[in-house]
Amino acid sequence: MNELNPSGWRPSTGEIGTVDVPPTFTGNRALQLEEPLIFEIGSVDQCGVDLPDADDEVLPGLPLRAAPVDLPGLSEPEAVRHYTRLSRQNYAIDLGLFPLGSCTMKHNPRLNEKVARLPGFADVHPLQPQQTVQGALKAMNELAHWLITLTGMHGVAMTPKAGAHGELCGLLCIRAALEARGDLREVILVPESAHGTNPATAAFAGFRVENIPATAEGRVDLAALTARLGPDVAGVMITNPNTCGLFECDMKAISDAVHVAGGYVYCDGANFNAIVGRVRPGDLGVDAMHINLHKTFSTPHGGGGPGSGPVVLSEALAPFGPLPFSARQADGSVRLVEEENAAEEGHSQAFGRMCAFHGQMGMYTRALAYILSHGADGLRQVSGDAVLNANYVLRSLDDVLDAPFGAAGPCMHEALFSDDGFAEGFSTLDLAKGLIDEGFHPMTVYFPLVVHGAMLVEPTETESKAALDQFIGAMRSLAQRAKAGDPALKSAPHMAPRRRLDETLAARKPKLVWREA
Amino acid sequence: MRYLPLSDNDRAGMLATIGAGSIDDLFADVSEAARLPGPIPGLPDHAGEMAVERHMSRLAAESVPAGSVPFFLGAGAYRHHVPASVDHLIQRGEFLTAYTPYQPEIAQGTLQVLFEFQTQVARLLGTEVANASLYDGSTACWEAIAMAGRITRRSRAVISGGLHPHYVETARTMAKFTGDVLDTRLPELSAATDDDAVIAAIDGATSCVVVQYPDVLGRVPDLKRIAAAAQANGALLVAVVTEPVALGLLESPGALGADIVVGEGQAIGVGLQFGGPYLGLFGCREKFVRQMPGRLCGETVDADGKRGFVLTLSTREQHIRREKATSNICTNSGLCALAFSIHLTLLGGTGLDRMARASHAQAVKTARALAQVPGVSVVNGAYFNEFAVVLPRDARAVVRELADRQVLGGVSLGRLYPGVDGLANGLLVTATECTSDEDIAALVSALKEVLA
Repeated sequence: MNELNPSGWRPSTGEIGTVDVPPTFTGNRALQLEEPLIFEIGSVDQCGVDLPDADDEVLPGLPLRAAPVDLPGLSEPEAVRHYTRLSRQNYAIDLGLFPLGSCTMKHNPRLNEKVARLPGFADVHPLQPQQTVQGALKAMNELAHWLITLTGMHGVAMTPKAGAHGELCGLLCIRAALEARGDLREVILVPESAHGTNPATAAFAGFRVENIPATAEGRVDLAALTARLGPDVAGVMITNPNTCGLFECDMKAISDAVHVAGGYVYCDGANFNAIVGRVRPGDLGVDAMHINLHKTFSTPHGGGGPGSGPVVLSEALAPFGPLPFSARQADGSVRLVEEENAAEEGHSQAFGRMCAFHGQMGMYTRALAYILSHGADGLRQVSGDAVLNANYVLRSLDDVLDAPFGAAGPCMHEALFSDDGFAEGFSTLDLAKGLIDEGFHPMTVYFPLVVHGAMLVEPTETESKAALDQFIGAMRSLAQRAKAGDPALKSAPHMAPRRRLDETLAARKPKLVWREA
Repeated sequence: MRYLPLSDNDRAGMLATIGAGSIDDLFADVSEAARLPGPIPGLPDHAGEMAVERHMSRLAAESVPAGSVPFFLGAGAYRHHVPASVDHLIQRGEFLTAYTPYQPEIAQGTLQVLFEFQTQVARLLGTEVANASLYDGSTACWEAIAMAGRITRRSRAVISGGLHPHYVETARTMAKFTGDVLDTRLPELSAATDDDAVIAAIDGATSCVVVQYPDVLGRVPDLKRIAAAAQANGALLVAVVTEPVALGLLESPGALGADIVVGEGQAIGVGLQFGGPYLGLFGCREKFVRQMPGRLCGETVDADGKRGFVLTLSTREQHIRREKATSNICTNSGLCALAFSIHLTLLGGTGLDRMARASHAQAVKTARALAQVPGVSVVNGAYFNEFAVVLPRDARAVVRELADRQVLGGVSLGRLYPGVDGLANGLLVTATECTSDEDIAALVSALKEVLA
C-alpha cells in the first residue's frame, strides 16, 4: 500500500505484479483513473447547488435534527469529474458487444432519451387532473395498443415495474381468476430451465412450485407435463423461446392441455425479442405474458434498472388485471381507470393495485419511440436479424465449443454452449473472464442450470457482421486456450480496472456502507 | 433501418455460413399456423427520426407540465429543483447502457456508485445498512412488511391511517395472496396523528407497525413513542418516508427507533415523470441483513489486493434460492439510484438542510396565505412542506376548476380516498424550493375566484 497523497485519500494500488508496469504515485494508469469514494473527498459543508441562505424560521413542534445529515458534498466540477471517472470503469453497450443471454442488450437509441425528457411526459405529476395530462395518457394508451396487437392478446396491465413484477402480476391474475370461480388450486409447474424469478415469484404469490423436466432436446417434456396436470394445478410458467435458446414447438399443445385441465398458461416474455413481429403469443394459447420493455423495446438497462414489465392478458384473465390502466373514450380523450371508476369501465374484478401511481411512464415513452421507429415491418426484421446473428455465432463456434442442442437445428435469438472439452481445472468462468481482456462483456454463464458450465450468447440484432466476426475470433482463441489449459487464462482478466474480486470475503464479512477507518 | 447494421449482402453471406436458405427458415420450429407470413396487420410501418419526434412532441404538448404553471402537488411525488449536471451524468453511456453489475471487474463504476448510494441512504434514513434500491416506495413498503413477518414469524401488521393510500392498496393486494393480516384505518382531518390508535392496536401477534413520517396529510407522528410500544410487544417499527427532503430538517426515523425504514427517493434527483420510474429506498438494522430484499453491494479486494466492490449476499436472491428467495426482485432502479446519489452529492448535508428549510419556508408562507381565503381552514399544526386544508365544498371539483385557471392547486383527498365522505372536502397542498411567492399569490387569487 502506498502513502496518503496530498488530497488526503489513500489510493488502493495493491501489489503491482510485474516490472514492466511500474507503480505510479496516484495509482492511475493514464486514462485508467482510480477514484476515491465521495466520503474520502467530500465534506458536509461543500455544496454544488445554489440555494437560499438557511435563516428561515421553522414551525414549532417538529422533531428537528441537531445537525445536518452527515453527507459529503462536492462542488459541481468535482462532482462531474467523480462520476465521469467512475463511469469509465464500466463496460456498456455503447462500448461494444454485450452478449448477455436472456438480457437482450441491444443498442439504446438516443431519440428515446430525447422524447422521454419532453416536459409533457417528464414534468407531469401522476395526480394532476386528467384534463392536464392527456398527452401522457395518450402515449401510454398508444403503447398499450401496440403491445396488445403485437402479442395478439386481449388486454394489458401496464403498471408492473420490471419483469419479475410482471410475473407477479400475471400470477395474481391467475389467483384472482381461480378465486372468482371458487377453484382454489395451489400448484404452479415450472420447467427446470426457468429463470430464477419464476419459482421465486410463484412462491411469493402463495403457490407451491413443482419442477417439470426437460427433454434431451432442451425443451419442456410435454408427456411429463401432461401427466402432472390435474385439479390442483393452477397453471404453468413457460419461457418461450426458452432459456436454452429454443422455441417450444409444443407450446400450443401445452396450452391446450393446461386449459383442458382447468389451468392457465403464463409465458415468461423475457425472450420476446426472438419472435416479435412474427409470432403472436395469443395464437399459442398464452393467458399472460410480461414484456420487458428494457429488453425487446430498447429502454436502457441503466446498470440494473429501471425496467418495465407490462403484462398482456387473454380474454380469460383481462378482467382481473390490476388498477390503474388507461381507456380511450368515444371523444378521443384517454381516461385513467382507478379505484373510483373501475366499475364504470366494466373492471370491478380487478385484483387491486401493484404500486403507487401508474407504472413506468419514462419507459413507456422510450419504448413507444422505438416501436414507432421500427413499425410492424421493422420489428419483423428485428427478430429476423436477432435470430440470424445468434445462428451465425452458433455455426461459427460449434466446431470449437460444445453446443449441446446445436444438432437439433437452428437456435432462436441466443446460442448455448457448454464447457465440455476444456482442460482439467478450466471452466466457463475462465473463458468469460478472458473475454473481458479481449474487450467484450462476458456472456451469461452457468445459466440455464440444465447445461454444465452453460454459456448463453445473445448478440442481438444491433450488432454488425464485423462486430460479430471480431467476437467470434476472440471466442475461438479463448476456446483453444481453455482446451489447452493456458495458465494465463486462469487468472484473467489482467487488463481490467480490477482483477478477480474476492466475493467470498464480501459475503463472509459484509461491508455494505462506508465507515471511517 | 437506422438501428439495424446488417446489409442484405451481410445477411446472404451469414445465411450461407449457417446453411439456411432464408431467415424464415430459421423459424422452422414455430408451427406453420403460428408463423405470420408478413408484418402484423393493422399497425403502421417504420418511421424516420423526424417523424417520430414530431409525433411524440405533439402528444407531449397535450399535457400541462408542472413547471409551466403555479404547482402545489405532492402526495408521494415531489417537484424539487434537479441540477442540470445530474441529467447529464446519468446519460453517460457507460452508466446508461450498462447491465446489472454481474461482472465486477468491468462494472466498478456502477458498483462504487451503489456502495456510495447505500451509505448515503443509510445516513439519511438513520439506519445501519441500506440496499441498492427497490422499484419504488410503495413496493419497498410491502417488502418491509413481508420482511418483518419473516423476522418475527408473525403475520399481523398494524398500519397507521397516515400511510399513503396507494401504499396501503399495494400491501393489501399482496396480503390477499400471502395470508398476512393488515389492520388498517383511515386518516381523519385533524391536527393529531393516530399514534394512540396505532399503539392500542399493537399486541403480541403484531409483526410490525407501519407509520409514515411525515404522514400522508403532512403531519409528523411521534415515532419514538410508537417504537417503544412496538418493542414492548416484540413487534418491529417500519417507518415510511415519501418525501426524503424532509429528513434534511427532521430527525431520522432510525434515530427515533425505527427498525426498518423505507422510502420513495423520487424527490431527490429523479423528477416527476408521471409516476415512474421512481426509486425505492430500504434501510434497516444490520442484524436483519440476511432477511433483506433486493440487491446489496459490498466492499472487498481483488486478486492484487486493490479495493473493489461486488454484489453480495446473493444467497438471499431469486437466481440462487429460486422459490426460497427473500424476494423475487431482479432488476431494481439502478439509474434512478445514480440520479439520487449524484443529486445528494451535489447537495451535501448542508445543501440538503438548506433545500429542506427553503421548502418548509415556502410551505409555511403558502399555508398562511391560504388561511386568509374565506371558507378555507388549515388542518395541520406542524408540518414539513405538505399540509391539508378543508374547503367549503368537494375538493375534486375545486382542483379541476383551478386547473381551468392554469393553477395546479394540490391533490384532492377525494382522488386518494374515493367514496370516503368525511375526506371529500380535503385538499393536500405542497410547496418546495421551486414554489415562488408569485405562485402562492396566483393560487390564493384563483382559489378565491373558484370559491366565490
